[in-house]
Amino acid sequence: MSEPQASARTGWGTLRRLARHPGVITGASILLVFVLAAFLADLISTHNPTRLVPSSRLLPPGAGHFLGTDEFGRDVYSLIVHGSRVSLLVGVTTMLLTSLGGVAVGLVAGFNRRLETVVMRVMDGMMAFPAILLAIAFMAARGPGVWNVILALSIVYMPRTAILIRSTVLGIRDLDYIQAARALGRRDLTIAFRHILPNCVGPLLVQGSFIFAYAILAEAILGFLGVGVPPYVPSWGNVIASGKNVIREAFWVSLCPGVALTLAGLSLNLLGDGLRDLLDPRLRVQ
Amino acid sequence: MTSYLLRRVLAVIPVMAVVVTIVFFLIHLIPGDPVSVMLGPDATPAQIQGTRQALGLDRPLHEQLYTFYARILRGDLGHSYFLDRPVTTALAERAEPTIVLTLCALLVAVAVGVPSGIVAAAHRGSWWDRGLMFLSLLGVCVPGFWLSLNFIFLFAVRLGWLPAAGYASVFSDPRAALTYMVLPAVSLGINQSALIARIARSCMLEVLQQDYIRTARAKGLAPRVVTYVHAFRNALVPVVAVIGITTAILIGGAVVTEIVFNIPGLGRLIISAILRRDYPVVQGVVLVTAAAYVVINLVVDLLYAFIDPRIRYE
Repeated sequence: MSEPQASARTGWGTLRRLARHPGVITGASILLVFVLAAFLADLISTHNPTRLVPSSRLLPPGAGHFLGTDEFGRDVYSLIVHGSRVSLLVGVTTMLLTSLGGVAVGLVAGFNRRLETVVMRVMDGMMAFPAILLAIAFMAARGPGVWNVILALSIVYMPRTAILIRSTVLGIRDLDYIQAARALGRRDLTIAFRHILPNCVGPLLVQGSFIFAYAILAEAILGFLGVGVPPYVPSWGNVIASGKNVIREAFWVSLCPGVALTLAGLSLNLLGDGLRDLLDPRLRVQ
Repeated sequence: MTSYLLRRVLAVIPVMAVVVTIVFFLIHLIPGDPVSVMLGPDATPAQIQGTRQALGLDRPLHEQLYTFYARILRGDLGHSYFLDRPVTTALAERAEPTIVLTLCALLVAVAVGVPSGIVAAAHRGSWWDRGLMFLSLLGVCVPGFWLSLNFIFLFAVRLGWLPAAGYASVFSDPRAALTYMVLPAVSLGINQSALIARIARSCMLEVLQQDYIRTARAKGLAPRVVTYVHAFRNALVPVVAVIGITTAILIGGAVVTEIVFNIPGLGRLIISAILRRDYPVVQGVVLVTAAAYVVINLVVDLLYAFIDPRIRYE
């Protein structure tokens, strides 16, 4: 009966090691800044990000607007602060939806040998599309909007998680302790949730942080192409798109939200790499 | 080898069937009535009814799907009402810039990525290794489309070294084609070069730990020869597999790059088709890129089996 205690101890150990991993600390700190910016956007922004002020258009970074203004006179810093809301919302929700969908599909494919072939061929077919193109096509059909972006990206990225979960299930479904559980008369569903799913948590967290990063980037790309969130909503991709039109006279408009986008991607990649090092030593990059 | 080849080629069929089915259902994702969305608010009920019949949207779903399959198998991707020509013709006209851009970006990705990864692994733990790996981490995170804008500002607007946007065909004007292609290819290829560098490095490190490398060192071969001749060749094998995935990501990225640099390829075609609600063209572009991905992966897999005989027997 000392088993649970031991696993609890290793759980704490992992957390403690996470807190000492330089990549994880850096990544988590940067991410925290964005989370705070998103929650406190109304407090820390200096201007209303949606108010158009034609008299102060294309002002360079300076005292009044410390990251300058765009072609409509909107304050770039306030746009970025408010844009982090869209980015984080899309990133977090896509991560959750792909995890839920991926676990469901992956467990079915890993457990039910009859459905396995069909499900995996469908996943292969979905993975055959360049992710961003499938998302663009989905947005073309459904029209602009935050929830359509989230749905598009969740559908596009879900197969990766499903394939990961299935391969994790395949790796353990014939191990002795699963056989033992089966011999004790446990039902498939119980085995799946009680004995197999806990083993998927590590890979899922790692994959989740990368999907979070992809989703933020993809949301910006869709916004940049004009098929993401509507143009009047402050989002990093929309601001970069408006900066594209004035790149000759005002480089700061596209430069600043891009830096935010890069930092957000960096933070999640650092977190993902760190989690992988600690949770799944087999995959550690030397 | 023949049976592996046959199995691998046959495996393409179900995947393509799924791809075609997904492309078919794109039209049915349109909220409300796709035909009235396509024709806009000015269409008369008679026009709507006519188009609906022409597209076969008035028939049951399974019948529509069957007709769609039959059409695709005949190589008919439908008709673009806006461009007034078959979708296949429109695709053929716009394919060249996308293919050239993808290939150039792939060249950049491999030419930068593989040497960086190999050098980093050969000097593991050194400042070279740390510097290159930091750059590659940054390279993975930097959004390519944003990098393009900064490149345009720096190299075209400020320095005036290269044109800001545009395209020239390699076949008509190779010199101009090269100057137009440098910025798009570099900004598109850089993300993937970072990814390839990381993979090349870890493959190389794995190979360097193997027995035959120790033997080569023990018999007194120069370290340079061991690293760059004995280890390099084996480390390259997994990298070949990555090139398939890389190409798919590059095709997707090319769409965005084309918009930034005003290159008249498939990316510009699909974005302008979306704005005109020209859905057959949207479907055509998506279908063709997915098919390209499937074919490229098939070729890479076969190549992989050819290079590494162990694969065939799995």
